[in-house]
Amino acid sequence: MWSIVRKDLAIERRTGEMLSSLLLLALLVVLLFAFSLEPERLRGAEFVAGILWTTLLLAGTLALNRSFVLEREAGAWTALALCPLDRGSIYLGKTIANLIFLLVAAVLLLPLLALFLGTTGIAPSWLLPASIVLGTAGFAAVGTLFSAMASRTRAREVLLPLLSFPILAPLLIAAARTTAAGLVGEPLEHVSAWLVLLGAFDLVFLTAGWLTFDYVLEE
Amino acid sequence: MALPALTGVAMLTAILFVFVVVPDEKVQGVVQRIFYFHVHLAWMAFGGFVFVAATSAWYLRTGSRVADRYAEANAEVGLLFTTLVLITGPLWARPIWGVYWTWDPRLTMTVVLWAIYAAYLMLRRLGNGDETILRYAAVLGIVGVLDIPLLIIAVRLWRGIHPAVMLSDDPEAGLRDPTMIWGVILSGIALGLLFAWLVSLRARFAAIDDQLALRALESERR
Repeated sequence: MWSIVRKDLAIERRTGEMLSSLLLLALLVVLLFAFSLEPERLRGAEFVAGILWTTLLLAGTLALNRSFVLEREAGAWTALALCPLDRGSIYLGKTIANLIFLLVAAVLLLPLLALFLGTTGIAPSWLLPASIVLGTAGFAAVGTLFSAMASRTRAREVLLPLLSFPILAPLLIAAARTTAAGLVGEPLEHVSAWLVLLGAFDLVFLTAGWLTFDYVLEE
Repeated sequence: MALPALTGVAMLTAILFVFVVVPDEKVQGVVQRIFYFHVHLAWMAFGGFVFVAATSAWYLRTGSRVADRYAEANAEVGLLFTTLVLITGPLWARPIWGVYWTWDPRLTMTVVLWAIYAAYLMLRRLGNGDETILRYAAVLGIVGVLDIPLLIIAVRLWRGIHPAVMLSDDPEAGLRDPTMIWGVILSGIALGLLFAWLVSLRARFAAIDDQLALRALESERR
């Protein structure tokens, strides 16, 4: 499992493809928001959190699309499927690698967004990292599973968001709320239900992906 | 053969009851009659999605073509019924709430469910009958149902309340007349039969499609 994580990270270190495209895209999405809506009204923690998650979802989906393309194109899919490893571990390895990309992107993006959308009233608490880790974990869990599925079809660029956005709806709602709460240092009681929901989402979809990846990898 | 005839009779009886026999609801008036269909449509659709998951799991276990056909049929008819829910809901909401759409939990959930199963069918369409894609669709059919409870909690925490039409504090409001209860039961039976009939039709259509493909393959070989 860790060797798959190491492999994906090594490819990323050499090329920097995924992270740089993800970040550039995220920046452009922020600009799109600013141009299409009145930028002066997009202020405060709620907008920082909302735009952070929308951007992560949009840019992340495009980046996750690449996750299995390399395996498909280089003919490594069969090698991956023949790997004398539990298929679930392959899924977990891929998910962890994607999670690391998404986390790095989120960490770089957040100060940028705060800078653009105003830092007044922002007093981050430990809820902020908690919400980001739990949110990106669920996103990586769903995104990795569907990205493997979408990579097989002709219209993979369209298919991945089509498949993952509706499934991610509860995650997006919960992640945006908890991140907003974490940004202004709201007490835990206000968002504890949301945090539990995020955790449950991660658990459900990590397990589902781990169990069903057997059927996805098989050709 | 009995199913279409039964569906027809049940539907006509339900329509007669809902539009002629049943009196107007005290508070909402004539528009409340849409609920005799709206509520059942929603339950049938959700039931259909649970069937998609069940038949998908069956397909992954055994690779049975029948299971896959029923998964597809249930998803399609479920999506059709969800579409009807999303049409009948706003028709009622406009005169009662004053708007066609609000971000109420159940509305939000229904529209997200609609998107999940539209994507499910899109995946199948793009697969062109490829075995691997059918297996992926089965995985999505199971994952989709896992999302429903999380979605319900999320939208509940997020937003307010849906009208509890059946239970109201006003003693005069709600389903007071016994014929109203009959209206609910009859339209439930009619829509249940309609759902079953459409699913069986759709599954048979898929079976014929499979046979045609097989024949074409055989004649090619010869």
